[in-house]
This record gives sequence, structure tokens and C-alpha cells, in this order.
Amino acid sequence: MSSTSKLFSALAFLLVTLVAVPWLITVTRRLDLYYTLTSVALLAIASGGVWLTFYIGRINIGQAAFALMGGYVSAILVVTYGVPFWLTLPLAGLFCAVASILIGLPILRLRGVYFAMVTLVLTEVARLLALALPVTNGAKGLVNIPLPGSTTLFGVTLIPDFATLANPRLTFYLISVVLMVICYAGLYRLVHSRVGRLCLSLQQNEELASSIGVNVAYLRVVIYAVSSLLGGLGGAMFVAISQSIYPSSFTITDSINFMLNCFLGGLGYVFGPILGTFLLYFGWDLLFQTGRLQLLIFSSVLIALMLILPNGLLSLRLFRRSKG
Amino acid sequence: MDDLLQISRLTKQFGGLVAVSDVSFSVREGEILSIIGPNGAGKSTLFKLASSFLRPTAGEVRFRGERISGLAPHVVARRGVVRTFQETTIFKGMTVRENVIIAHQLRANASLLGYYFASSVARRDEAEFGRSADEILAFLGLDGIRNDPAVTLPHGHLRALGIAIGLATNPTVLLLDEPFAGMNHDETMRAVEIVLGVRRRGVTVLLVEHDMPAVMQISDRIVVLNFGEKIAEGTPAEIQQNQKVIEAYLGVEDESIGI
Ligand SMILES: Nc1ncnc2c1ncn2[C@@H]1O[C@H](COP(=O)(O)OP(=O)(O)O)[C@@H](O)[C@H]1O
Ligand SMILES: [Mg+2]
Repeated sequence: MSSTSKLFSALAFLLVTLVAVPWLITVTRRLDLYYTLTSVALLAIASGGVWLTFYIGRINIGQAAFALMGGYVSAILVVTYGVPFWLTLPLAGLFCAVASILIGLPILRLRGVYFAMVTLVLTEVARLLALALPVTNGAKGLVNIPLPGSTTLFGVTLIPDFATLANPRLTFYLISVVLMVICYAGLYRLVHSRVGRLCLSLQQNEELASSIGVNVAYLRVVIYAVSSLLGGLGGAMFVAISQSIYPSSFTITDSINFMLNCFLGGLGYVFGPILGTFLLYFGWDLLFQTGRLQLLIFSSVLIALMLILPNGLLSLRLFRRSKG
Repeated sequence: MDDLLQISRLTKQFGGLVAVSDVSFSVREGEILSIIGPNGAGKSTLFKLASSFLRPTAGEVRFRGERISGLAPHVVARRGVVRTFQETTIFKGMTVRENVIIAHQLRANASLLGYYFASSVARRDEAEFGRSADEILAFLGLDGIRNDPAVTLPHGHLRALGIAIGLATNPTVLLLDEPFAGMNHDETMRAVEIVLGVRRRGVTVLLVEHDMPAVMQISDRIVVLNFGEKIAEGTPAEIQQNQKVIEAYLGVEDESIGI
């Protein structure tokens, strides 16, 4: 894509998500969709982190642990210490990044299914910790978390106080989409910079990468930290919207879904997880009517998709182009 | 001539198996030194020890007098000891030119953040890497296929790309593991020219090789391994006369050591 068509695509995306979607929702009076779409945006942020670990050749089934961690850090800071939410958001991300460095140093040596298994266990460890630690209030969780207050910069109100808003759901939606766009712009830059190519060198051959001077261990940890930061941001934002968090707010199912979102969209496409999250989330909801068959149909369709399109849905676009 | 790389009493055991046993020799600045030996003799293991991809069970490797065994491979590479691999090891998902550009990492001056935000140091690095990659590709005769995906390359070009990757790191010593394996006569002759060219660039070459005629033609000196032990060391002429070497290779075929 040329840079003008890239700019055009980005503008079109913003126009659709920030203007057209709210207008459609207002016209159709489907206000419930705000919550759904906000969820998609936030889950896509966490999925983007998982996608990034795929990019260095690691299967990450542990993102729910960091979403949970980010959610709790933000909630505890807001509830117990009265810190403004908008300050807790970056702090939650940062906390997750630091924690993931400590966790990543030992476990990132593992590859393939071993790393995947350990991250899966990590999700469960996070849940058990949330149950056991005193600050998290155990299984009862933290509830009635106050809505985010206003935030101002040089006297200009950037984000209004949610408690005073007539339509907080719209504002949450807009903020979440903007946050998602910022995160993915950051990912896009990473992938298209030399850092991205260094990541690919790890994915394709770690031994060779280290023989040409790539500090493999360092790069792996940095990328894992960025990945976990995204998990923490997504989780913290999610908790602010639902105004509550429990040890079961993010579980192994979420970890697996984050990973599936990446597969579905395509591991080779930085925006793949957005599409994957969107389709998986809506696909799951659409199948709700099928009752007990929901999971069966859902899984079968996923397996079929992965067999037919191993490089994800976005590979369709390239396919069409190379044919035409 | 100075000893650039000193291998002293190097031993590597895998469980009960002694793959390399008490091997010592030195590599001199500017020479091409080959390690030969029958299959399973421990050549590749010795190679990994020399580039610090394996930790020795005993003994050590010194580069310019400083111990390098036990250091991380990227640290050893930074000092100037760089290896290419026996397996056709390249970055398969990149083009030929991307492979060579990424291999300039040892010459990188910018940090990760610098590359991310395209700092002036990073932009200077990237311009330099591109220029140097083009020069190396031209030197190895790969400029015609620079934008081909690396996976699609035929055997001979893959090896040349492996060497290009090695050269991009600006090594003092380049370790080549079987650079001529699987090549026909013409390809081998071209690869021999490339290795000689590499040495003309001032790079010391340590290579492991099966192809005896090529080794005899290219090497200044040869070290022969058998069952993990060094059984001979000398010029190609000396090695061809060596009784132990002839015995070690007996039962293979006589012409395989180029006699
Ligand atoms: N990682 C390893 N684990 C166990 N045994 C190994 C390993 N690498 C090599 N060996 C054994 O060490 C011996 C020497 O192998 P190698 O160095 O590859 O020989 P060469 O390259 O001369 O053919 C062989 O018997 C091989 O099976
Ligand atoms: Mg070998």
C-alpha cells in the first residue's frame, strides 16, 4: 500500500468507528451494542499483545493473567487509594510490564508447546492469587468501583467525569476505540521498524539471530513486556467499564480466545487480531440461539477456518489480489 | 603470524559419549584452516564450542588471548567470532537483501527505542546497512536475486547467502560449517572462489568440510579429527602423506581424501 492509501484506510476506519457506528446505533436504538463493541476494542488490545508474542515465535496462552493483573491493579488503586482512574491505567500497564519481565526472564527460554503450557498455567496462577491475596478481596472481588472522573490538561477537559454524563456508554466506546487505535498504531510502527525485523529474526531462527549479534534474551523480554502491557491496559479499561472485578473476570477461556483471535485474523497481519476479536465475539453471540450446540458449532467452524485458511482471514485479501 | 583463536584441551561429553576429546590447536590471523574427519568425528561439535554455542566440559577457547568459551553467542559474535551453520540456516521468511540487512545487527549503534522512533543514529545505521548489504550481495554475485524470497533459492545460492550473512557481521574470524556440502563441481568451484575472496577481505576462515579436493585446494592448514581426537595437523601436503589420516579414512574411499 502507498502511504496515501494507508492514510486513507486509517481515516476511513476512524470515520466508521467513531462517527458511523454511533450514528447507526442511535438510529437503530441498539444501545446494548456499545457495550459489545467496547468489549471488542478492549479485547483486541489484549489480543494484540498475544499477536506480538507470536511475532517472536512464542505461543502465548497467558494473556488473561495480565488482563486480570492490570484490572486488579487499577481497581485496587482506585478503590483503596483513591487514585484517579486515568492515572491508574498507565500504572496498571506498567505494573504488568514489570511483572512480565520477572516472569519472562525464566520462562522465555522455553519454546513451542513448553512455553505455551507454562503461560496457560500462569493464567490459572493469576486466578488463584486473586482468590488468595487479601488486597483482592478474594472470591467476592471488588465491586462498585467508581466510574472514572474527569481528566484535564492545561485547564482543558480531555475526558469528562463519567458520573455526570448522559450517555457514558458512548464515551466509553469512543475512548476504547481511540485507545485501541493508539495501541495498534504503536504495534504497526514496531512491526515496520527494524525492531519488527529483529522480532521476525527470532521467530524464524533464534540460533542464527544470536550468531549475527541479536541479543535474543533481551529482545524476547522487551517484546513480552510490551505484550503484557497491552494485556494490562485492556484489562484495566475493561474493569473500569464493568465497575467490578473478580478472580474469574479473566480466565483460561479468555487466554485461549485471545490466541484464537490472532489465529483467526492472521498471524502475519498486525491488524489481524482486531478482525479476529470482532468476528469471534460476534460469532459467539450469534450462536447463542443454538443453545447447547453453541460451543460445538463454534469450535467446528473455527477448526474448519484454520484448515482452509491457515494464514488467517486477512490472507483472503492477498489471495484475491494475486489472482486478479 | 599471530594466533587469533586458541583452542586448548577442549573436551565435550554428551552423557557417556565423548564427542570432542582433549583437542588443542590455534588459528592464525589471515589463514584458512580446515577441520576434517569422518562422519561423527566431532567436527560440528568442535565448531559449536569454538563459537560458544556449546559449553565445553573441559578446556577453553581464547580469542586474542581472552577466554570466550562460556560467553553468550551474541557476545562472542560481537568480539568478532561468527559462525554460519551446517544446515541451510537463513531467515526463511525474508528476502535475500532483508537477510543481509538484518545480519548487520553487530554493527548497530542505535538502541531498540532508537529504531522504533527512527532517531538520527538509527537512520544512519539503516542507510549504512543497506549500502553495505548491496556491496556484499554484489561481491557474492547475488545482486540479481536480492529481492527474491530466501526460501526459493537453489542450494548454491543458499550457501552464498549464508556467507553473505556471515560477512555482514564484519567478522574477524568466520566459521563456516560445510560450505560446500551438497554442491556439484561447478558450484563448489564457485564457492571456493567466494571463500578465497572472503579471506582476501582480511577475514580469517575456519571451516569444517567433507569435500576433500576442495579442502586440499583451499586450506593453508588442516586439522584432522577422528572419534573426537585430533590425529593430525599440518599443511594439505603433510596431511595427504600422514599415515594416521590415511588409516582413519580407509574403508571410506581413497580418493575421498584427494590422494
Ligand atoms: N547435542 C548432542 N547430544 C548428544 N550427542 C551429540 C550431540 N551432538 C553431537 N552428538 C554426538 O557427538 C558425536 C560427534 O558429532 P558431530 O560433532 O556432529 O560430528 P561431525 O560433525 O564430525 O559429523 C556424534 O556421535 C554425535 O552423535
Ligand atoms: Mg557435522
